[in-house]
Amino acid sequence: MKTKLSILFLIVFFISGITIISFGQEGHETATATGHGEADEPFDPSTFIMDHIADSHEWHLWTKKNGDHVAVYLPVILYSREKGLDVFSSRKLAHGDTYDGYRIEEEGDLKGIIVSVNEEGHADEANIPLDFSITKAVIGLLFSCIIGLWLFLSLSRSYKKTGISHPRGIQSFLEPIILFVRDDIAISNIGIHKYEKYMPYLLTVFFFILINNLMGLIPFPPPFGANVTGNIAVTFVLACFTFVITQFSGNKNYWRHTFATPGVPFWLLPVMIPVELIGIISKPFALMIRLFANITAGHIIVLSLICLIFIFKSVAVAPVSILFVIFMDCLELLVAFLQAYVFTLLSALFISLAVQEHH
Amino acid sequence: MTGTVAAIGAGLAVIGAGIGIGRIGGSAMEAIARQPEATNKIQTAMIIAAALIEGAALFAIVVSLIAK
Repeated sequence: MKTKLSILFLIVFFISGITIISFGQEGHETATATGHGEADEPFDPSTFIMDHIADSHEWHLWTKKNGDHVAVYLPVILYSREKGLDVFSSRKLAHGDTYDGYRIEEEGDLKGIIVSVNEEGHADEANIPLDFSITKAVIGLLFSCIIGLWLFLSLSRSYKKTGISHPRGIQSFLEPIILFVRDDIAISNIGIHKYEKYMPYLLTVFFFILINNLMGLIPFPPPFGANVTGNIAVTFVLACFTFVITQFSGNKNYWRHTFATPGVPFWLLPVMIPVELIGIISKPFALMIRLFANITAGHIIVLSLICLIFIFKSVAVAPVSILFVIFMDCLELLVAFLQAYVFTLLSALFISLAVQEHH
Repeated sequence: MTGTVAAIGAGLAVIGAGIGIGRIGGSAMEAIARQPEATNKIQTAMIIAAALIEGAALFAIVVSLIAK
């Protein structure tokens, strides 16, 4: 037990160490880049943090002493009505460059969005191209899918080979988690008779969120550290899945409860039906906001603690900030599991409300 | 100016959520102390309730983030 704990602590220490190195270098870059050589221009932590949690077309690694950026440039895929489909490397758009009439906005409401540039050199706001680019988050997403497939395909292979009697290796780690999702989330909420149909979804969503949360905590090297579950588009799609599954598994009682709530006098129904409909929408909406805000808030806290070093411009602050970052990373590990659990649990709860029999 | 007001709003929301989740945690502790055999059920119910309160607080925080 003690060795296990110390190994865990070492891993966490290692991860936080990388956090500081990689973010610290980028922090230096931001401080000098915004300062334009003048050291007394104030460091803007808010922009620094937002740039790090936002999605981006390039994967910035570090800046060399001479000011060159080392980054992985990701492909940009654009579709606009006039020019059709366009595929090129984001290197051509780096540092505010214009390529083929496109530019990444660096200021204002459209910050970080690729816009088409008109003759005067301004962004054409009425004609923003559709952006299908492989961004940081998309790379993270694809990589987490590969990890998930690798984990579970090797798991199923080893079950085929050895049967269920002797769990070995990765089996003995994943089996308790899968059983936990089945027994404590699916069966205890949906019930023993109907849970099986929903197990694939619940397990998928649980491990998808878990893997992405954990990958978001590892800041380096590139496939890790993309803020996937802290991206509202991703959590929106996950919440949509829960919404659609809940509505399509809704039985007679569920719809009767929505449109003709038993025990409610008929003159109250014009009030009750909108309330019930808002309830149907707001449940997945809360799921979306909860996951997004929890993960984003965690990243913001870790980054602000690192920003302290650059705000005070002193090495003496570094040990304090490092200790706090290690503490926060431990907390984030807990949150990574907890949010995966809560999302799955609430999905199961909403499904159970839709499928439960009248009693 | 709006930024300051938004920050105060976020702080107020967190106070509310803190009181709420603190009460849930305290009551769950008491309940577990009285009935240790029901720990699992109490924990699940506790996490559901805490998650719902947290959701309300996070709405407020997201609104104050946007208001900036």
